[in-house]
Amino acid sequence: MFDKTQFPAENVAPTAGHSVFRLWWPGVISGVTWATAFSVTALFPNHVRTPAAQSLEACEIMIIIFSGFSVLLGNMSSFSSLAHHGRRIAALGGAVAVWEVMTAKTGWLPLPFFPSPQAILDVYRVDSERLAQSVFHSLLLLIPGFGLGSLTGFLVGVAMGWSPEARYWGHPIIRLLGPLPSIAWLPIALFIFPTITAASVFLIALATAFPVAVLTASGVAIVDSRLYDVGRTLGASEGFLIRTIVIPAALPNVFVGLFMGLGASFIVLIVAEMLGAKAGLGWYLQWAQGWAAYANLYAALAVMSVLFSSVTMVLFAIRRRLLRWNRETVEW
Amino acid sequence: MVRAAQPNTSETKDFPGASVQVRSVSHAFDNDAQVLPVLGNVTFDVPSGETLALLGPSGCGKSTLLRLIAGLEMPKRGEIGVDHVRVVGPDPSRLLVFQDPLLLPWRTVKENVAYGLEAQGIGKEKERVLQALQMVGLSDFAAAYPRELSGGMAQRVALARVLVNRPRVLLLDEPFGKLDSLTRMTMQEELLMLARRHTFTTVLVTHDVEEALLLATRILVFSSRPAEIILDLENNLSFPRFRDDPEFISLRRQSLVALGHGEEFFR
Ligand SMILES: Nc1ncnc2c1ncn2[C@@H]1O[C@H](COP(=O)(O)OP(=O)(O)O)[C@@H](O)[C@H]1O
Ligand SMILES: [Mg+2]
Repeated sequence: MFDKTQFPAENVAPTAGHSVFRLWWPGVISGVTWATAFSVTALFPNHVRTPAAQSLEACEIMIIIFSGFSVLLGNMSSFSSLAHHGRRIAALGGAVAVWEVMTAKTGWLPLPFFPSPQAILDVYRVDSERLAQSVFHSLLLLIPGFGLGSLTGFLVGVAMGWSPEARYWGHPIIRLLGPLPSIAWLPIALFIFPTITAASVFLIALATAFPVAVLTASGVAIVDSRLYDVGRTLGASEGFLIRTIVIPAALPNVFVGLFMGLGASFIVLIVAEMLGAKAGLGWYLQWAQGWAAYANLYAALAVMSVLFSSVTMVLFAIRRRLLRWNRETVEW
Repeated sequence: MVRAAQPNTSETKDFPGASVQVRSVSHAFDNDAQVLPVLGNVTFDVPSGETLALLGPSGCGKSTLLRLIAGLEMPKRGEIGVDHVRVVGPDPSRLLVFQDPLLLPWRTVKENVAYGLEAQGIGKEKERVLQALQMVGLSDFAAAYPRELSGGMAQRVALARVLVNRPRVLLLDEPFGKLDSLTRMTMQEELLMLARRHTFTTVLVTHDVEEALLLATRILVFSSRPAEIILDLENNLSFPRFRDDPEFISLRRQSLVALGHGEEFFR
């Protein structure tokens, strides 16, 4: 009935004869684009005054070598997660080459607003210490502020979701003050708190607490009340109900609030640092702009994006762990 | 009937059923200045170990009656007793199973079953939990999450979550109402076996006359809201019970007539 040739032995493990060497094409293309970028950077004279190209050249050489390896190894399964980015890395090489040409090599894009990639990378060589210090100071505001705000918002939210009395008093406050951008409190925070650090931590906490409280409360409110009946008949005290039913049921919502709060706290962090602080990434942006050091500005923005993206990823990882039971998957 | 409430200390291995007394119970809900009478002067007794079925039109107050026996609400008038001790609140010796399994989705099957023991501070007692899962035939799914279960399996877990506490009164509120007919039949048989092996008292609300006749030793039929008892049927048929047994058919007709069906169009 069935023709044997219709079923080639595809799911049979590859034999020795099968594993013929194959080039990994994204690696080849990446090698070509980055080699082009390197030639442009190193071989052509700069048309405009530009910081040393050594950082960029070092990066380019590293990526070229890496691409060379990947041409040989890219098909191996242990490389698959890195290989996923292959075409992106190749495209970036082309972009760097074009960008170099348009800035350092020809000056088609006007300085100081459009620095060359070699100028931006040189910032990490020359100014890495100040950048690291800025990251450190920003985290010193962000972590306590976000932590304090999350905790406060969570407790307020649970109380408001659970107790009608807490809801009665909490609701008008959240209604009226919630929509106020927390950075609007800056002038008041500055004279209430002894230091600008304390004021900034407070504002970040405020920005986080509101969305977390609102979403936690609504998460608690939508819990199926029949679950409480189940818990109460099985002998659960009020505290046990809150611990084992209210909080886990509200958790998916709590995380939505945490993500909103995190976004708000990034904004407050940078604005507060731009307006008042003497350190931190927001201050660095302000300082770089003051000196018309646009390369430093772009370098700091890149650091910021990596930092904030990492913090967000950490929150997603925590969420994935705590909500294992929940199939709903929004990935970052 | 009117003795002081005592803590339930009897912890026998084969949990013996308790008797239930419902005496002149009336209940009403206050909805926005409007009073909705739900139960009108209901009186009955359930002797220990009996399986009583409650039939009645939808919305007449059957679920409310179960909640009152469970102690989740207090009746507006009248008294409810269990072993002649007045019910003043929920207690793990009187447990409800609902139409929906109402499992906690963030707990695995065995954690769901262990919930009552944890809540009462008895500890996790792995043995008892596994034993309860065995009773409902779900030992292999101890580590699964509720979302991985079918409707019938989830309802079995709900049953195990109740049985692990060795309840003396089992209150079932249309427990098989959402299951397909084959699963329902299997679970009806399992319930019968459980009720025979362990002598708990069962109050079963159902909208299925045949289910009531197959499982119960006695059937109460209620009028529409506010519910009053309009028929009190003994069911002494021996097991196995057959749906085409003339006596079975006669009992079914009596129930249907009391429910307002089976006269004009069907017989
Ligand atoms: N908590 C409540 N508040 C107000 N009305 C309720 C409440 N619970 C039930 N009712 C009303 O009481 C009546 C009886 O409900 P129920 O006992 O669930 O009926 P049954 O289980 O017999 O279908 C229904 O009309 C229902 O709307
Ligand atoms: Mg009901």
